[in-house]
Amino acid sequence: MSSSVRLPPSVEIVDQPLDTQMTISMGPQHPSTHGVLRLELVLDGEMVVKAKPDIGYLHTGMEKLFEYKKYQQGIVITDRMDYLNPLGNNLAYVMAVEKLLQLEIPERAQTIRVLFCELQRIASHLVWLGTHALDIGAMTVFFYCFREREKILNLIEAASGGRLTPSYFRIGGLMMDLPPGFERRVQQFQEAFPSAVDEFHKLLTGNKIFQKRTQGVGYISAEDAIDWGLSGPCLRGSGVKLDIRRANPYSSYEQYDFEVPTENGGDVWARYLVRMREMKESHRIVGQALARLKPGPVKADAPKVVLPDREAMKRHMDALIHHFLIVAEGFDVPVGEVYLPIEASKGELGVYVKSDGGPKPARVHVRGPSFVNLSALPHMSEGAMVADIVAIIGSLDIVLGEIDR
Amino acid sequence: MTVGDTDNLSQNQTASQAVQAATPSELAAALKREHPEWISEVVDALNETTAFVNRDHIVAVCAYLKSAPETSFDFLADLSGVDRGPEEEPRFEVNYHLFSTTKYHRLRLKILLSDEDPHVPTVTGVWRTANWHERETFDLFGVVFVGHPDLRRILLPDDWQGYALRKDFPLRGYEPYSLK
Repeated sequence: MSSSVRLPPSVEIVDQPLDTQMTISMGPQHPSTHGVLRLELVLDGEMVVKAKPDIGYLHTGMEKLFEYKKYQQGIVITDRMDYLNPLGNNLAYVMAVEKLLQLEIPERAQTIRVLFCELQRIASHLVWLGTHALDIGAMTVFFYCFREREKILNLIEAASGGRLTPSYFRIGGLMMDLPPGFERRVQQFQEAFPSAVDEFHKLLTGNKIFQKRTQGVGYISAEDAIDWGLSGPCLRGSGVKLDIRRANPYSSYEQYDFEVPTENGGDVWARYLVRMREMKESHRIVGQALARLKPGPVKADAPKVVLPDREAMKRHMDALIHHFLIVAEGFDVPVGEVYLPIEASKGELGVYVKSDGGPKPARVHVRGPSFVNLSALPHMSEGAMVADIVAIIGSLDIVLGEIDR
Repeated sequence: MTVGDTDNLSQNQTASQAVQAATPSELAAALKREHPEWISEVVDALNETTAFVNRDHIVAVCAYLKSAPETSFDFLADLSGVDRGPEEEPRFEVNYHLFSTTKYHRLRLKILLSDEDPHVPTVTGVWRTANWHERETFDLFGVVFVGHPDLRRILLPDDWQGYALRKDFPLRGYEPYSLK
């Protein structure tokens, strides 16, 4: 001890570095936290004793904002929650409002919704796969994934005009019908996609380093997964065969033939395999939806809720009046409350809407799957190595825009 | 469910109820008969069942619904608050959205709270997932979950004043507006 520092005799200096615990702050500007997530890690050497997520850096008060916007204006807010799965968010929100209004949605609109939701699920899983592999150290996969995702974003752009914020699903149907030649473009994607998945498998699944980094890491049992409210691929990775598309079918999902992939490992590797298989299943559903597309209306027959076509507005006085009233004053939604869950790419996305009878919702609450899945992170990561935290966060597939809302 | 009869089912509520042995509505009504002090009212609307639960019994109700074989609501899908407005009495609602991973049915439990006494017993002992949901509801509505292991703000900063999702909290700025 240097002579310049004088300590009172009662203070005892602990000078045994191997016995001490260290607290480090991981994030919020850490690239593998997928946004602005901060983790407070208590470490013993390199082992994680305790992990505490600290969220809220991206909180933008979306649930408050819903209460000040008309129902149809709320759709654009949902785009910005889980920005990797905006069409899934659109769907959950518009279906909740449609349930309050008790609207019948035409078959073609439902089929197109399924088609886009599954394309979006593939796109979301591709971002997950690319960034997850990148976090663990495999850089090449990232570029292959984003190349495929680009094709899907182009399809979404062709139909809606937006790539990340499509707002394509509207209350009562769709923004507009598909552009000419759209089916052919989807068909081209469909033909190329299976070989792309095979490429991902070649790059990662047989990769010994990737296996070592993921197998046995971040284990959670089926009971704990249910107790922690995990949903989606994280829950199915623990061997629970649960998919909202099967359990509480919506948008005619009961008419599609697809498997619900499950793995019993409960670790990062199992969740990886589940998502890889899910992409193939989504690919199958897109093919079926494409085959089911029949000409027909894409908007419900509810002139007071659904915006009229431009052509009708030029010819019919009442269409013009309805258009003006919907845009200027909105439409009243009957008093009631609904909770509508869908199977988003990350798990159960539930939208709770309470109406007090006016054109603006009294309360909108979003049960984000990322929010709930992240809350199980401390449980999964205690006893793991610091480097494994990165793998576990990647396997949860979180989007902070949805967690913080 | 086969492909052919789905159209009928979605339109005909009674037919879809016949598929399941006991609907959440019947289960909640049976629970109300058995324990009248637990549940004050069961409401069916828009194909969803809401059971109004007496605040003091929420833990017992949840534990029962989770463990009883005919209900087996083992999954707490969501827990959120609602502010009906400062002039309403009771002012706050807390909604519990329950789901069964084996029977696939859903039930909403609702607790009504007054402005003066927004306290609810925590259900983190029943489902651990309630932890963050209750923190969020506390953060944004000021509903206090008694017995919660870690009741801190979760989305807003620790030094935030007020409760952002209450109706008298402004959309912009920090000053609550006055109704007078």
